[in-house]
Amino acid sequence: MKKKLIPYSIIFTFLIIFAVFYKSLKDTNIYTPETKINNDIPIFSADLLLLNENSNSTEIFELDKFYLLNIWASWCVPCRDEHPILMSLSKNNKLNIIGINYKDNKKNAKSFLDELGNPYEKIIVDKNGTNSIEWGAFGVPETFIIYNNKIIKKYIGPLNNELLLEIQKIIK
Amino acid sequence: MKIFKNFVIIFLLMTINNINANENSERNEITKNLRCLICQGQSVYDSDSDFANSMKILVDKKLDEGLSEKEIYIYFKEKYGDWILYDPGLNKNTYLLWLLPILIFLFGGAIIAKSFILKK
Repeated sequence: MKKKLIPYSIIFTFLIIFAVFYKSLKDTNIYTPETKINNDIPIFSADLLLLNENSNSTEIFELDKFYLLNIWASWCVPCRDEHPILMSLSKNNKLNIIGINYKDNKKNAKSFLDELGNPYEKIIVDKNGTNSIEWGAFGVPETFIIYNNKIIKKYIGPLNNELLLEIQKIIK
Repeated sequence: MKIFKNFVIIFLLMTINNINANENSERNEITKNLRCLICQGQSVYDSDSDFANSMKILVDKKLDEGLSEKEIYIYFKEKYGDWILYDPGLNKNTYLLWLLPILIFLFGGAIIAKSFILKK
């Protein structure tokens, strides 16, 4: 009895180890953030940059319209790179571009927009970064496509020409 | 009398300290169980990154709104997925993690039972 038990237990242990390794070695161990989509947009109220007024989520996001929400900051270098893409998207009148100004000061944000142009219809001020967390963001830059108060697409990191084409396809 | 006065003052100072500590402890408890997603191997409590600091402010805000600890975890899980929690629940991705110790325990128990109890 004892003689049989030892080989069986060894085989069993190896099977478990094999199963665990087979399952986990296939996954990449570099953490890639889950892009959870089809989430409802958060309900919030915030100050608007440039307009000096307070607004809330139901006022900003109307139904049956495509919105692009872009989180940016004047101190963020990749935001500078993706800015021409946002500028060209702003020419499309099917898409409304909303900005979230992440942990920035007003003066720098304004001079950033003066220098590179303002693609945003409205800019939400996010002084302490909590508004971005409510959106499920990781940092800057980050872009969401919103339709009927749902996040239908999310891009982490700067936009590029490939993504520009993808966005244009979505809103067609 | 003077000694008594001093004693009262010291006692009051110590209790004030204690009150402050209690206010933060719930926040700390929650942030210790939330992973800082942009740092490696740190909780939100440990980290001082922009992301973690915003998370701390938001946890405070949610506590003020009257959400319980569990509701806050659910809230963040909805936004960022299971990875943000250090204590993930049982689901199809984590069943192996939860069941393996039990399986090993039962298997070990079976070996012991077979080799010691049944032998007699």
